[in-house]
Amino acid sequence: MVDITITVNGASHSLSVPDNTLLSDLLRENLRLTGTHIGCDTSQCGSCTVELNGRAVKACTLLAAQANNGSVTTIEGLGTPDDLHPMQAAFRDNHALQCGFCTPGMIMTAIEMINDATEPLSADQIRAGLEGNYCRCTGYQNIVKAVLAAQTQLRSA
Amino acid sequence: MYSFNYHCVSSTAEASELFDSCESAVYLSGGMTLIPTLKQRLDYPTDVIDLRAINDLQGINKENGSIRVGSRTCHADVARHHHIQALADLAAGIGDLQVRNCGTIGGSIANNDPAADYPAALLGLGATVHTNNRDIGADDFFVDLFETALEMGEIVTAVSFPTPRRAAYLKFPNPASRYAIVGVFVAETEAGIRVAVTGAGPCVFRATTIEEALHRDFRPTAVEGLSVDHSNFNSDIHASQEFRGHLVTEMTKRAVAEIS
Repeated sequence: MVDITITVNGASHSLSVPDNTLLSDLLRENLRLTGTHIGCDTSQCGSCTVELNGRAVKACTLLAAQANNGSVTTIEGLGTPDDLHPMQAAFRDNHALQCGFCTPGMIMTAIEMINDATEPLSADQIRAGLEGNYCRCTGYQNIVKAVLAAQTQLRSA
Repeated sequence: MYSFNYHCVSSTAEASELFDSCESAVYLSGGMTLIPTLKQRLDYPTDVIDLRAINDLQGINKENGSIRVGSRTCHADVARHHHIQALADLAAGIGDLQVRNCGTIGGSIANNDPAADYPAALLGLGATVHTNNRDIGADDFFVDLFETALEMGEIVTAVSFPTPRRAAYLKFPNPASRYAIVGVFVAETEAGIRVAVTGAGPCVFRATTIEEALHRDFRPTAVEGLSVDHSNFNSDIHASQEFRGHLVTEMTKRAVAEIS
């Protein structure tokens, strides 16, 4: 067992887990934060994307121990149903989700992309930035539209 | 994943001492190859030694005529450092955004995947690999398929890249994985023209006939009609040996066109 102290969505947790526990499993099973989805479990689909120490990472491909003493933000840490994060609101307004399975990962990646950019991103740059996130419903058009819309709002905030 | 003991160490000395005392240990850098490998049970080490807490393996420093990249520097950070633009461009094309935030240069070259991008940059620029024991020239470092000159338990600490006069990396990526079906790094260095090819064969290699042609005439047309021996190239559902052979010349032409 390995002892882990981790801050998740602002709250500190100390727990002891088997050494081979994945970060995605710690979030979902130990902390019951099931907004972080496990789609492929092979580091391809991006549904499990969370922010670790300010950077988007795939939680299914990190040991929980690698996040020891780190700070994690999951989809649950962004907004509430009554007060959505601008990226969440843009996804809703632009019909950027159908089944919604990929959405938490899409939103976590999109937020880092926008926060990181020094210049406004083009639709093509947004598509390239979302390479590590698969959606099997929307065909991506409305996802790109939503990220563009959220970008306008986030950059003017 | 089979079970294993996880360790987080704070120095290379501690890491190698621990490595020697374990039955079968592996080092964990970014984990972008290792963790999927463990999840598929393709490897079953008794101990995983995480190098992330070793501070002096991080970061990029400009030195006299070169840059030194710490082995635990992630691809995203290399992509943001524009001193050698071809190297930054190469790093920006590895995997996807999340992978670039975790995967490291040291992990990539120690693994020596035949389709990885970094080996082409090291060989193309004539880089030097620093380990906890010695310095190894890129020409001697990459030995064969997933095989390097590293000894058991040896740790890559940094890579020094001499600044080229001009350089470019062009790859034909697998559209799903972004790994290179063929990638060509072309550089004009103090030591002459170097052309390093990844993805095509079992291990990165220098295309010496192409180097000679470009030495005589550094223009895309100089490569026209040249062919490389593709008899030991990789062949899979993505590309045949012949197609990979064709891509070596084609990617070289495009790289030269970008910088000539």
